[in-house]
Amino acid sequence: MSTFILLTITGLGLGAMYFLIASGLSLIYGLMGVLNFAHGVFLTVTAYTLWFTESKLGGLPVLPRFLIAALVGLVVGTVFAALTELVLIRPLYGRHIEQVLVTVGLALAVTALVTAIWGSDARVVVAPAWVSQTTTVFGAHIPNDRWLEIATAVVVLFALEAFLRRTRYGLIVRAGVENRAMVTALGIDVRKSFTLVFAIGGLAAGIAAVLYTLYSTTVDPQQGTSLVIFAFIVVVIGGLGSIRGTAWAAVIVGLVQQYANYYASSGLGDLSVVLLLGIVLILRPRGLSGSFA
Amino acid sequence: MKRFAVPAAIFLALAFLPKLSVDIPYLFEGGLNTPGTLELMALCLLFGGLALSYDLLFGFTGLLSFGHALYFAIGVYVSAIAMTRWHWDFWVSVAFTAIVGFLVAVILGAVSLRVAGIAFAMVTLAFAQAGSILVLKNPYDWTGGEEGFGVDYHQLPAWTVGILNTKNLYWIALAYAAAVFAIVRWAVNSSPGHVWQAIRENELRVQVLGLKPYTYKLMSFVLASMLATAGGVVYLLLLGGANTDVTTASFTLTLLLMVVIGGTGSRWGAMIGGILYTYADHRLGDLSSSHRVSTLPAVVRTPLQQPLFILGVLFILVVFFVPGGLTRAGQVGVRLDRILRRPATQEEVT
Repeated sequence: MSTFILLTITGLGLGAMYFLIASGLSLIYGLMGVLNFAHGVFLTVTAYTLWFTESKLGGLPVLPRFLIAALVGLVVGTVFAALTELVLIRPLYGRHIEQVLVTVGLALAVTALVTAIWGSDARVVVAPAWVSQTTTVFGAHIPNDRWLEIATAVVVLFALEAFLRRTRYGLIVRAGVENRAMVTALGIDVRKSFTLVFAIGGLAAGIAAVLYTLYSTTVDPQQGTSLVIFAFIVVVIGGLGSIRGTAWAAVIVGLVQQYANYYASSGLGDLSVVLLLGIVLILRPRGLSGSFA
Repeated sequence: MKRFAVPAAIFLALAFLPKLSVDIPYLFEGGLNTPGTLELMALCLLFGGLALSYDLLFGFTGLLSFGHALYFAIGVYVSAIAMTRWHWDFWVSVAFTAIVGFLVAVILGAVSLRVAGIAFAMVTLAFAQAGSILVLKNPYDWTGGEEGFGVDYHQLPAWTVGILNTKNLYWIALAYAAAVFAIVRWAVNSSPGHVWQAIRENELRVQVLGLKPYTYKLMSFVLASMLATAGGVVYLLLLGGANTDVTTASFTLTLLLMVVIGGTGSRWGAMIGGILYTYADHRLGDLSSSHRVSTLPAVVRTPLQQPLFILGVLFILVVFFVPGGLTRAGQVGVRLDRILRRPATQEEVT
């Protein structure tokens, strides 16, 4: 029983991470029709900025040092995402394939650059001791970072929902997902919200990067890409452009992966996620939420 | 007749290269008939052919697949496993690999083509990722996991083994490139080939004309995948072993880079893209360790150590300024002008 609880909470933690990455991907796709291959780079940029800042703040105690580094990482990651949209995506409006190609090029180039500067080996990040301690729930010893992941994802989910439903910018984004031509026809410059959505996606991915750094206590050039592949699967299962669909899909994928890895055999969890994707596509080609453009 | 003469003459001329002992300074390390140079040229030709097989999907049918590596990896791994783990005869293994490649392409193609556009890209990516995980998991010790494994060379035809036979490998790679070129040319000019290009331009219109795009897309998908599987077998002969690099998503992305840099929807474009990319990838690595580069300041030197950084940046520049690829570079001026001066039209915004 305690193993099952541990697996469930860990699965939810993993799902939380997938949600943070996939929500940005899903919003960007829903609004702009761009599959953002550079999303993994947003994670890499935040994670490496965090590690770099932390290594420069030698004198401080661990907790404030990590918090400052995480904050700097998030700011740099968000700015990087917004700049990606402004510099690389904006000049190619309306040419979706070219936009995807540019994000592919950016993903490869930045990963190669990071590898060239800091090497391909993992770099160690000092995380506050509290996150690696465990809390006992119904006999299961659960590492504290899992709670942090789940809580953060829930906060981000509600914040995103509130932003999309209660603010004027959110309204424009939702309307843009629904019918971009009409929003433009009503005299609203929908392109401003493109940059905004990229910044939000970059911020959410950055939060995922900070949480992943807490979990693994290392940063390496490839980790962003490997997480993003599962986020892609989550986005397709959830239905492109739907935040709630993405949240459900993230939870399902995280749980399936954990259960299959433990009860069947390790590595099988990843395969069963792909199998799940195949089944969903056969039964519901538009994803769970069915709201795919 | 003239249309056949030009490609035939080019491939024939390439076939005579191993007979020349000319030394081309800067371009290659040793003379043209040295094993090192022949191996590099063979790899270039192999990737030229492979890039063209990818362009059949992307450039000619308009299908953006991120899973082409899977079919290449099937060619490498299935034939290597059949020969090394089961001690099958070379030609039996090749036939078996072709059957596996065909079945996997039909089944996975049938599932992934249920969705279109970007969703198709993600689904093919997911299936390829499953293949990659399977190889890493090393079931029954067949795939050798992360390290890969060397093929049992007793099963290979004797004339492909050994450094003295590198010229034979070069001819095999050349034959592969020429065969892919001929097949793609024949397929694209056939009547399904015309439908593929119509689907690329306007899928809805093809449907309105009473044709089923799904069947045609599946045909293109299976043909491209089979060509990639054949390329995998050639790769195995060239390198004498299987490694996990060929299963990764990055491998498919490099194919995409080759095709776009060279020119999409053009036979020579894709092939030249593949050749240039492979050449640059290998030679830039040598260049970064050369004396002239090591004296440069660190800011310049560090990015040069990663060929993928340079190629990625080149790729972005090509997408921006030479959308037709380097083989259509004549249009650069026009495009630059359009990007810089013309305000975005309504059509572009939506």
